[in-house]
Amino acid sequence: MDIHEYQAKDILSKFGVDIAPGALAYSPEQAAYRARELGGEKWVVKAQVHAGGRGKAGGVKVCSNDREIQEACENMFGRNLVTHQTSPQGKGIYRVYVESAMSISREIYLGFVLDRSTQRVMIVASGEGGMEIEDISLQKPDSIVRSTVEPAVGLQDFQARELAFALGIEDGMVPQMVRTLKGCYRAFRDLDATMVEVNPLVITVDNRIIALDAKMTFDDNALFRHPQISELRDKSQEDPRESRAADRGLSYVGLEGNIGCIVNGAGLAMATMDTIKLAGGEPANFLDIGGGATPERVAKAFRLVLSDENVQAILVNIFAGINRCDWVAEGVVSALKEVQVDVPVIVRLAGTNVEEGQRILAQSGLPIIRASTLMEAAERAVGAWSNDLKLGVNVRAV
Amino acid sequence: MSIFIDSDTPVIVQGITGKMARFHTKDMIEYGTNIVGGVVPGKSGETVEEVPVFDTVKDAVKETGAEASLVFVPPPFAADSIMEAADAGIKYCVCITDGIPAQDMIRVKRYMRRYPKDERMVLTGPNCAGTISPGKALLGIMPGHIYLEGNVGIVGRSGTLGYEAAAQLKELGLGVSTSVGIGGDPINGSSFKDILERFENDDQTDVIAMIGEIGGPQEAEAAEYIRDHVTKPVVAYVAGLTAPKGRTMGHAGAIISAFGESASEKVEILSAVGVTVAENPAVIGSTIAGVIR
Repeated sequence: MDIHEYQAKDILSKFGVDIAPGALAYSPEQAAYRARELGGEKWVVKAQVHAGGRGKAGGVKVCSNDREIQEACENMFGRNLVTHQTSPQGKGIYRVYVESAMSISREIYLGFVLDRSTQRVMIVASGEGGMEIEDISLQKPDSIVRSTVEPAVGLQDFQARELAFALGIEDGMVPQMVRTLKGCYRAFRDLDATMVEVNPLVITVDNRIIALDAKMTFDDNALFRHPQISELRDKSQEDPRESRAADRGLSYVGLEGNIGCIVNGAGLAMATMDTIKLAGGEPANFLDIGGGATPERVAKAFRLVLSDENVQAILVNIFAGINRCDWVAEGVVSALKEVQVDVPVIVRLAGTNVEEGQRILAQSGLPIIRASTLMEAAERAVGAWSNDLKLGVNVRAV
Repeated sequence: MSIFIDSDTPVIVQGITGKMARFHTKDMIEYGTNIVGGVVPGKSGETVEEVPVFDTVKDAVKETGAEASLVFVPPPFAADSIMEAADAGIKYCVCITDGIPAQDMIRVKRYMRRYPKDERMVLTGPNCAGTISPGKALLGIMPGHIYLEGNVGIVGRSGTLGYEAAAQLKELGLGVSTSVGIGGDPINGSSFKDILERFENDDQTDVIAMIGEIGGPQEAEAAEYIRDHVTKPVVAYVAGLTAPKGRTMGHAGAIISAFGESASEKVEILSAVGVTVAENPAVIGSTIAGVIR
């Protein structure tokens, strides 16, 4: 789960990381008022969206008076910010963060990640702050320093000092840097984060170390023990189809194609999408309905996939292992009778009692296109979709 | 003996009184697995499918001589149960539980290092379908009847995709020595490399099938291991060619977040070390058959 910059900063500051004075606003007027409250002569207005790359996309503006703040806000509120990390639709701006501008002498990149090779928390830092880590690793790989944390004892002072010296932090500021690093690590560990990124971490002209931007991602599997983090969920930043799916216990990722997928198991779901692509189509979604493909779940899945108006055919691929194909087939038939499906449906069943399952589908009287292998299913789905396009039938929302 | 389990390996089920655990305990016993007991704190004295339930893994090991364990414990308590098994002297543990916090798994992995390597419990999973040595024993939730006995060793991150491969092999009259699910989580007990090492040294395995997916470094690490240490032919399939970067595809570990983690990059890395790559999931079985013949 992602949170906003202002929320991440609030959390990090509680763990001893310094941040610039700032305040949240829900309207241009409120933003201007917040700036007056903060005082000073220069402020930065930052769109709060769950995506990086806001600066280049026009989501960060430096302002020196009320009028500039209002203007900057009017260009943000209610609009979608499209960055290189968002979909082409972008993410809606409903909150802005107003922050006192800092006089910066240096920018540093700081990231804490779960390193899957060492199976530990890894700190990644670079003196080339302000750039994306991907760009740093391509353009200035030698500037990157890393350190892994021994989970039994946590981040030690000497490790933090080593990083500080490697980044060329001035001697007098090393203790501040150690405090910052340890604060980020403790926030990561205590709150079950999977990523903490401070980019940039800045050194101001008056020698303070400040988290100028901050991103935190949390482990969904650990939210049960952090209700205060769950409350920070902002549905306005999620794909509405994905929120709906998550609320129904289904794992869904919306894509740009036209062939909807309903599959049991994450690996098989990805494999089904790949096969559609190989057959010349584009998948509209990833959807894992879980091991037990009960009729209720199949019906929910049909409704969900159909809520994407780009969907022009649906491929159902179920490997019935513990459950049986005849039972899954009955589920599909009852779902199709219950949910009005106005696009071609291709069903491929495999596993236990497959013949019986096929018979139920065939005798249902429903226009189900059956397939026995995954490749055949994908080809039929792509075929049905492109045929429909030619004939001009069943094409929704073109 | 197969790489981890045999028809007489004594097995306990942790969390045996849960609904799913009861169902699969019955299924495993029917398959022929030597289930000797279960563990649920506070439920000693009860029985499930006629096997006794114990309060602690240590009690179960003492009374039954259990050597392997299957963990069905809910996510908040699963890491604790795995460590309990490791401390009680269990040799092989399969964790089925999906949804264990990643930092809990970091702690589990760290904890297990307290035992010398040759005495350390082997963990596969979490978030996997289990391990099966067809005709001998089933430790997990997979449908036993889709596996024929044979000489293909399967290791994979995904459950149903592994079934798909086994079913395709069965269609072709080919069988499996052992199939191991290593699970879909970012931090797991055993990696592809760990299982490849077992198959390389297993005289019942002649061909190895590796079913990977996007995310994480384990396929690339396996490629390096195959290049240097594996003499048996390896066939691979990697799912997620169409998966977008930065999105979690069902499995917590199926997310492209770094270089080398996309399906096409993994295919390239594996092909470069001589692995035969199945181009699509429908030809996993026939690709393996092609290597055997």
